[in-house]
Amino acid sequence: MTTSSEQGRELVEMAWDPITRIVGSLGVYCKIDFANRQVAECYSTSSIFRGYSIFMKGKDPRDAHFITSRICGICGDNHATCSVYAQNMAYGVRPPHLAEWIINCGEAAEYMFDHNIYQENLVGVDYCEKMVRETNPGVLAKAERTEAPHAEDHGYKTIADIMRSLNPLEGDFYREALAMSRLTREMFCLMEGRHVHPSTLYPGGVGTVATVQLFTDYMTRLMRYVEFMKRVVPMHDDLFDFFYDALPGYENVGRRRVLLGCWGSLNDPDHCDFTYENMGDWGRKMFVTPGVIVDGRLVTNDLVDINLGIRILLGSSYYDDWVGATDPFVTHDPLGNPVDIRHPWNQHTIPRPQKRDFTDKYSWVMSPRWFDGKDMLALDTGGGPIARLWSTALNGLVDIGYVKSTGHSVLINLPRTATKPEKTFEWKIPTYKGEPLSNALERNRARSYFQAYVAACALHFAEQGLNEVRQGRTQTWEPFTVPDEAISCGFTEAVRGVLSHHMVIRNGKIANYHPYPPTPWNASVRDSYGTPGPYEDAVQNTPIFEENSPENFKGIDIMRAIRSFDPCLPCGVHMYLGEGKLLRTLHSPHAFTAP
Amino acid sequence: MTTPTKSATSKQRKQEEPVIHILWMNAGLSCDGDSVALTAATQPSIEDIVLGVFPGLPKVAVHWPLIDYESGPMQGADAFIEWFFKAARGELDPFVLVVEGSIPNESLKREGYWTGFGNNPDTGQPMTVPEWLDRLAPNATGIIAAGTCATYGGIHAMAGNPTGAMGVADYLGWDWRSKAGLPIVNVPGCPIQPDNLSETVLYLLYQLAGQAPMIPLDQALRPTWLFTATVHEGCDRAGYYEQGQFATEYGTPECLVKIGCWGPVVKCNVPKRGWMNGIGGCPNVGGICIACTMPGFPDKFMPFMDEPPGAHVSSTISEAYGSVIRTLRGFTFRTVDKEPKWRRKGRELLTGYKAPWS
Repeated sequence: MTTSSEQGRELVEMAWDPITRIVGSLGVYCKIDFANRQVAECYSTSSIFRGYSIFMKGKDPRDAHFITSRICGICGDNHATCSVYAQNMAYGVRPPHLAEWIINCGEAAEYMFDHNIYQENLVGVDYCEKMVRETNPGVLAKAERTEAPHAEDHGYKTIADIMRSLNPLEGDFYREALAMSRLTREMFCLMEGRHVHPSTLYPGGVGTVATVQLFTDYMTRLMRYVEFMKRVVPMHDDLFDFFYDALPGYENVGRRRVLLGCWGSLNDPDHCDFTYENMGDWGRKMFVTPGVIVDGRLVTNDLVDINLGIRILLGSSYYDDWVGATDPFVTHDPLGNPVDIRHPWNQHTIPRPQKRDFTDKYSWVMSPRWFDGKDMLALDTGGGPIARLWSTALNGLVDIGYVKSTGHSVLINLPRTATKPEKTFEWKIPTYKGEPLSNALERNRARSYFQAYVAACALHFAEQGLNEVRQGRTQTWEPFTVPDEAISCGFTEAVRGVLSHHMVIRNGKIANYHPYPPTPWNASVRDSYGTPGPYEDAVQNTPIFEENSPENFKGIDIMRAIRSFDPCLPCGVHMYLGEGKLLRTLHSPHAFTAP
Repeated sequence: MTTPTKSATSKQRKQEEPVIHILWMNAGLSCDGDSVALTAATQPSIEDIVLGVFPGLPKVAVHWPLIDYESGPMQGADAFIEWFFKAARGELDPFVLVVEGSIPNESLKREGYWTGFGNNPDTGQPMTVPEWLDRLAPNATGIIAAGTCATYGGIHAMAGNPTGAMGVADYLGWDWRSKAGLPIVNVPGCPIQPDNLSETVLYLLYQLAGQAPMIPLDQALRPTWLFTATVHEGCDRAGYYEQGQFATEYGTPECLVKIGCWGPVVKCNVPKRGWMNGIGGCPNVGGICIACTMPGFPDKFMPFMDEPPGAHVSSTISEAYGSVIRTLRGFTFRTVDKEPKWRRKGRELLTGYKAPWS
C-alpha cells in the first residue's frame, strides 16, 4: 500500500493478485480515492501464455476439438463444441438430428452447472453474511430487519437469512448449490461422457449411445434442477433488489455503456446445415438468438455480419504484428465478401516475451473488437447471460412453449415439479432512470434467470431427443472425409459469453486456428486506437460503498464489479485504465511499477 | 477454505492440534480443469475433507484460489497470496503443495514470463512458477502434481509448443524427496477423475497423521491402486473385443479400438469408476480413450481418431493366448509410458518451434 498525491487527490494504491473465486489468475491494481469514495485508476492483469494457435499448426484437423477443449477447465466442452461446429463446416458434414439434441442437452447441462457453481459458490460469497458483516455492518443490520418479499418461494424469512445461507460451507444453500453443481455435471456426463473435457464429441456427431435410459437418467435429474430454479430465481431477485434499496447508487457499481455481444447458442437441427452460405439463416434459428446490441438497440443478428466484423488488435500485448509480415490466408469468405487482414482467419500469433510495463506492454492478450463499419466496438458479454437474454428478448424469434421471446422480455415457463406448481418467470431488459442498464447486479441477476431459461430449453431438447429414439432413429454420427483445403468457423456461447473458432486447412492439416473466447473481449487491453476495454469502463464507474478504512479495506465493491463479468482467466486478460489517459509511472516503490 | 470454526480460534487450536495446510497453486500452464474437477468429487468431497468427516483425519486448512473466501488486497486484509509467502519463509508447517498446470521453461528467453502467480517483491514483476517451486519445495512436507499437465507436461507440452512446458518431476527431478521423505505424488488425468484426486489427498492426510504407511506409487509416481489396471481391463466393452466385434462408426455399442481407442495400453481406472458417481467415462460410454493420463500424452496418441498402430494385430488375434497379447502390449507400454524427450530443463527449446524472440 502506498499513498500518493496526484492533482490534489490523495490516492491509495492497492493490488489484488491473484483474485480468488474466479477461474484462473487475475490481478487488479488500483488507485483509490478514499476521500471521494471511488476508484480513480485501475489496471487488471493476468499472466499466462500457452500458445494453442502455435502448437496446433500442422496437426490433424480432427484433433482440434480434443486439443481446444483444454483451453478452459470450466467450459472446455464449449470449446470442443465450437470446434466440432467449425469442423462440421470444413468437412461439409451434417450430423443426425439426434446428435444435435444430445449436444444441446449436454451444453444446456454445462450452463446449468457452471452458472450455478459460479453464482452461489464463487460470486455468492461476496454477498454472504460473513462478507457483508466484515465490509458493511450497517447493511447487514438492515438485512436483519428486512423481510424477504419472496420468502414463501425460497424459505428464507429475511434478507440476512439469505445471506447466511450463502456463507461458505456453513450456509445450507451454499452446500446445496455445490451438490446441485454435481447433479448437473452428471447430466453433462450422460450426454458428453466426461466433464469438462468431453469424450464423446466428434465432428459428424457424437459417440454417445442413445437409448431410452439415457434420456430417463437425464430427465429425472433435470426435473430436480427445475424445482431448484423455482427457489433460486426469487431468492436472487430478493437479494439483489435489497442492495439497490440498502445502498442507493449501487446501480453504478460495475456499470458500463450497453455494448453487448452474443454469438448465439444451441442449434436447431431442423435448420442448421453447417454451411457458411446459410449461416445467417440457421443462426437466427438458434435457441439463444445471436445479436450485437449497442445502447440497447439490436445492430445485427446475422452470423455472417458478426463473423466479418471481428478484428483482432494488438493493443499493449507481448506480440509482434503480423500485418505486413505475412500474406493473408483468406481474402474472401465463401460468399465473396472481403475478409480483413486483422480477422482471426488471417491472424498469426508471434510471441515476444518481455517485462511487464504498465506504461507500455503488459499483457499476453490481444484486443478483439467488432467493427460496425464505423467504429471498433469494445463489446462485452456481461459474463454471458445478460447478453444472451437481451439479444434473445430483442430478436423476438424464440418460441418453443417452455421459453418465449416477446421482443422486449423473455418468458420462462417451468412445469409442475415434485413439490411446486408450474411457474412462469419473466426476464425484462433492465433500465435505470429510462436508460438501458448493464451493471454488476444485473449481470448477476441475469445469470439466475438464464439458469432457468436453459433448464426450460433442456426439457425441449430431451423431449426431442427421446422422440428420435422412440421413432427408431438412433444413429448419432455421420461419416465424413477431411478435405485438403478448407476454411471454416464455428460460433456458440461459452458459459461466460461469445465464443468463435476459426480454422484454415491446407494439405489436409491445420494451417491456422484461432479461438476467441469471451474473456479477451471482456478484459481486453486498451487497443491500438486507444479504445478502452470493458472492465475499464466498468471499474472506472465504480463508487466505493465499503465501510472499512484503507487499513482493513477489502475492496468488495471492486470485486463485485469484476466478478459480475465471470472472469475466466485461462483465456488470459490484462487491462489498463486511468481516466482516459496514460497513467504516469510513479517514483515511489510500489507493487505494480515495472523497475 | 478452512474449517469454519477455525478462523475464530486459530491460535488456540494451533496449540491443541496441528493444522495441515494445503496450498494450491493453479498458475502452471493449465486450464484450471483440475480445480474445477475437484469440486465434482464425492468420494470424498472437498467438504468431507475440510469439515473433517472422517475419524482420525487431521485438521486441514485449504488455500485454494478457485473457491477461497479470502480475497483482500496484497499486504492488506485477507490477502490470499500471503499464505504462499509464509510457506516460502518457513512459517507454515506442515504444508502440502498442490501444483496444477505444467511448468513452463522460463530460461528460454532473456526476459518476460510465461505465467505468474502474485509478484516477486524484489522486482515487482510476476513471480513465475519455477521461482515458486524453488522457494516452496524445500519447505513442503509433500507435493501433489494434479492433472496430466503438472505430472508430465500434458497438452501444453505438445510438439511445437513455444513455452518448453514440462511436468513437476521434470523440473524438480524424478528422485526428488520432500523433507519428510515423500516423493512427488502424480495424479494424472486431463482433467483428473475427481475422486482420484480427493482420495489421494485423503490418503496423504492419513499418512501425515501417522495412520497410513508410505503411499504406494509406481515408477511414474502414480498411486498404484488407481493406475495399475488399464482402461481396457476395466471397460465394459471388452466383451465385444473378446468376441471380435468392433465398432466402425461412433455411437454404436461395440469395442472402439478400430476407431481410435487406446484403452488396451492406457493406465487409468475411469471406465471402471465412471467419471462421477459412476456416471460417464470414456470408451464405456462411447468416447475413444485418447490416453490423457499417460506420460506420452498427447504426442504419442495423435491423430486421436485413427486406429492405434498395434490395435490391428492385437484385435485380429484376440482369440489367441492372452500372454501373447500382454507381451506385444509390453512394447507399446514402454513407449507410451514415457514422455517425449523435449520436456526437460535447460536453455534450449527442443519442441520444434522456432522462437521468434531468439
